[in-house]
Amino acid sequence: MINKQVKTCAEAVAGISDGATVLVAGFGAVGVADHLLDALHDQGAKELTVVANNAGTGDYGLAKLIDSGRVRKVICSYPRSGDYRAFLAAYRSKSLELELVPQGTISERMRCATAGLGGFFSPVSAGTKLAEGKETREIGGRLHVFERPLKGDVALIKARAADRWGNLIYSKSARNFNPVMATAAELTVVEVDTMVELGEMDPEAIVTPSIFVDRVVVVGEGAWSS
Amino acid sequence: MVKLTREQVAWRAAQDLREGAFVNLGIGIPTLAANFVPKHREVIFHSENGILGLGPRPTSGTEDPNLIDAGKSPATLAIDGCYMHHADAFLMIRGGHLDVSLLGAFEVSEAGDLANWATDDPTFPPGVGGAMDLAVGAREVRVLMDHVGKNGEPRIRHRCTLPLTALCVVKRIYTNLAVIDVQPNGLLVREIVGGISNIELQSLTEPKLQFSTNLQILAPPLAA
Repeated sequence: MINKQVKTCAEAVAGISDGATVLVAGFGAVGVADHLLDALHDQGAKELTVVANNAGTGDYGLAKLIDSGRVRKVICSYPRSGDYRAFLAAYRSKSLELELVPQGTISERMRCATAGLGGFFSPVSAGTKLAEGKETREIGGRLHVFERPLKGDVALIKARAADRWGNLIYSKSARNFNPVMATAAELTVVEVDTMVELGEMDPEAIVTPSIFVDRVVVVGEGAWSS
Repeated sequence: MVKLTREQVAWRAAQDLREGAFVNLGIGIPTLAANFVPKHREVIFHSENGILGLGPRPTSGTEDPNLIDAGKSPATLAIDGCYMHHADAFLMIRGGHLDVSLLGAFEVSEAGDLANWATDDPTFPPGVGGAMDLAVGAREVRVLMDHVGKNGEPRIRHRCTLPLTALCVVKRIYTNLAVIDVQPNGLLVREIVGGISNIELQSLTEPKLQFSTNLQILAPPLAA
């Protein structure tokens, strides 16, 4: 019997190694797998490269990982979001490298990795500082910049509900980067509010199919209602 | 001279949003434009974090922790609105599916170059968010901004002095003094606030302005 559910967050993040590239879904403080991030902190992996839209807020989750010196590099579009003091301190002390990427380019680079493609040409950032050093090509009379695929060793995902196969649904704008990142990593780990029986989800409403999901852990008491 | 308030600039930009348009509102003054779309005109607002059909701000006490807008403020979903993931939200932006992107700006050049993401202050990390995607991808980019900077310096420039967001993308500029179109042969003033001469407006603007033969007075309602 297939059952991807694990009992604890510690089990869910077991085996994530030093130097891993970690896809951290969410937008601002919404749709972020904070329980898994705290468990990753306790697990101790270091020298991490984190791909996220923002760079952590407050003193928990991603901010806690950064504050503890576990993160070597952040690839994100907008680090100055919420209470980003942990990132700012690391950035100013130069203990952390920042790769700034336009928001739509981050998601498309991951989609590209998911789709097994070798990269793509985008008009976004052409002629700006963020395109410096990148290959360019004129397509249809417009300058395009070559962007490489971006794949994670692990993705930390927040969903509303899962079944034991790992099919996922999300909640409102907490969906954001989650379905994209869930498909773009070697190991996809999901924290959910609730588990549902196989067959209970409307197949028309499943957003992330189980093929992309490896481990699921329940972190909330949220009741399932369809 | 009566400068427009931020709300009045947003009101003016909202009047140009046509029935049925798909529109993204940037953070800052553009966000206010949602409040001033004429009644009975259906405009569909897009939010980069995966919302098509963004509704008005929730009333106090009805906020949903899972529902925010691009500025990370509490939001609602309009009737018939829907959610999508980030790659699809940006496919709509980048692929030319949005009719209009209203953006804030630090500077705009006479060619329509836009600078709105970095001030080059080395003490703070840079942040770009969706600014470059929105500037490049929407069918029409319109900018809302104060006509001059804090020290009176022109923000409509021959060439932008701050880091560029995108080249040759801005089609219309709404400032607190005028409505200006960016045309292939230069900047054309369509509307100007009362109590300021064409010469005064020119003195606050770096590139040469042309004035429409049908120049209108820009007079929003006081309530805006």
